[in-house]
Amino acid sequence: MATARFRQRSSYVNHVILFSFALVIILPCLVLIFNSVKPSSEFGANPLGFPNEIRFMNYYDAWVNGNYNQIFMNSFILVVGTLILNLTVSGMAAFSLAVLNPRGIQTAVVGLYLLVGISIPAQLYILPLFLMWKSLSLLDTRIGLIIIYSALNAPFATFLIRSYMLQLPTELFEAAKLDGASTMQLFTKVALPLSWPVFLTTALIVSLNVWNEFLFAITFIITDDFKPISSILFAFQSRFANDYGLVSAASILMAAPIAILFMFFQRRFIAGLTSGATKG
Amino acid sequence: MPKYLTNINAISWYFLIPVISIHFFVIAFPSILSLLLCLTDWNGFGRINYVGLENFQELFRDRVFKKAVYHNLIWTVLFLTIPVIISLGLAYLLTGIKRGQMFYRLVFFFPYILASIVNCLIWRYLFHPRHGLGGWFENQGIEFLAKSPFAMKETALYAVAWVDIWHFFGFLVIIYLTGMYQVDDSLYEAADIEGATKFQKFRYITLPMIRPIFILSLIIIIIWSVPTFDYVYILTMGGPAYSSEVVANHLYSQAFQRMNVGYASTIGVMMFFYVAIIVGFFAILRRMGWEV
Repeated sequence: MATARFRQRSSYVNHVILFSFALVIILPCLVLIFNSVKPSSEFGANPLGFPNEIRFMNYYDAWVNGNYNQIFMNSFILVVGTLILNLTVSGMAAFSLAVLNPRGIQTAVVGLYLLVGISIPAQLYILPLFLMWKSLSLLDTRIGLIIIYSALNAPFATFLIRSYMLQLPTELFEAAKLDGASTMQLFTKVALPLSWPVFLTTALIVSLNVWNEFLFAITFIITDDFKPISSILFAFQSRFANDYGLVSAASILMAAPIAILFMFFQRRFIAGLTSGATKG
Repeated sequence: MPKYLTNINAISWYFLIPVISIHFFVIAFPSILSLLLCLTDWNGFGRINYVGLENFQELFRDRVFKKAVYHNLIWTVLFLTIPVIISLGLAYLLTGIKRGQMFYRLVFFFPYILASIVNCLIWRYLFHPRHGLGGWFENQGIEFLAKSPFAMKETALYAVAWVDIWHFFGFLVIIYLTGMYQVDDSLYEAADIEGATKFQKFRYITLPMIRPIFILSLIIIIIWSVPTFDYVYILTMGGPAYSSEVVANHLYSQAFQRMNVGYASTIGVMMFFYVAIIVGFFAILRRMGWEV
């Protein structure tokens, strides 16, 4: 009895502390949401609270001023392009390292190679890469940025997919081989259909990384018409510095697709992002 | 079919060619170029002159670079303490509750999936002297945050770090929580019988048991704090008067505003060596059987 009551009281204390920390996150996000529907005349008298008059036109203004039809499309193309290129090369590599030759020298060599790649700070190679892209006419193109994003995400994606494929039963591949399947068929007909969960997780994390990426986005795309949403939002903060309703609405437009995906696939996001860091 | 097309060893290499080539093309090759360019005074066009280690000598005289290195060290120390302590505490508290755990996990993790630019805009508004928190307190007749902490020399670096910590600590909470759930329950039951307090259980059971994941998190923080860029660039651009300048931002302005290719490469090489030394240090510790 006594211990039970003690436990209850202590879990009450836990909730109080946890909830106050949760508020430190929730309240700033709420302020952003409130501001996104606040008319600009109200910001002086009511900087943090719920607006007295709701103005959804902020979203319309942000959409039109930012040319978001185009900008959303740009970011979307970057995400889809990176997914196609990155998942293809990483999936093939993971298949090779996990199924074809799990104990070969390849695993050690490629594993080390990609690990060294992870620990290289982007600042070491961004300038030579910029000059290379300029001379190859890949600078200021979407395909140029897609190639970069695919490479940046390749080590993480390869390791994540490989760790899943290692758990696939080898008997399946043996049986398919006896039935006369070629190596390519082992990959497309056996390995890929069985590993769709890890491909989904990887795709979500890669999409998140590409959608939110900042450094390469502001460096490698110069023309406004090709800019992804993160660099447009960066330009917004100086262009419309005092129009907080508009900037807040634009921020929410950027965060909303990710937030919605997060709501649907919370476990995958959390597992993918934490294992990507701890396994790497 | 010829043997080199059917040999399993060869085929497994074919499947690795795409990832190796794209990675080499984007990361390895330009990195090697950087290692060569740091010995030159190239400015992006025109002749490339070999200058030996002159760039490194200049770097050690560069007062902004020294300041930036110092700020990066402060940054690392801040991230090794504040979010680590908060997240350890929160993760431990989370193991003690049953209801609402998923809610807290989602809330703490949420800023981690938001773009740096969105997080920065949230806090730029909140720290705005006439709007945000400062404006709200002014309306209540209290003078608080009347100047933006991003605009003051004394606070700029810490204000930027705060925004990044706000975005990052939930990630640590989840990592520590995963570690804590792998601890065997019977250990806690034994401690309960011995009459251990909550803090004793944390200190003598939880902490030692999650040591591998804890040390890993410290390595991640040290490595990730070296190239920190987004938050500084968006919020202060290293200002005012270089009071929040960090190495990555210094490199970026040398590279893309002044086109000092050789000099920027030198800074990049220094960053790389620093990270390599840390990674190597922990690799050696692990070799020596130190469980990290």
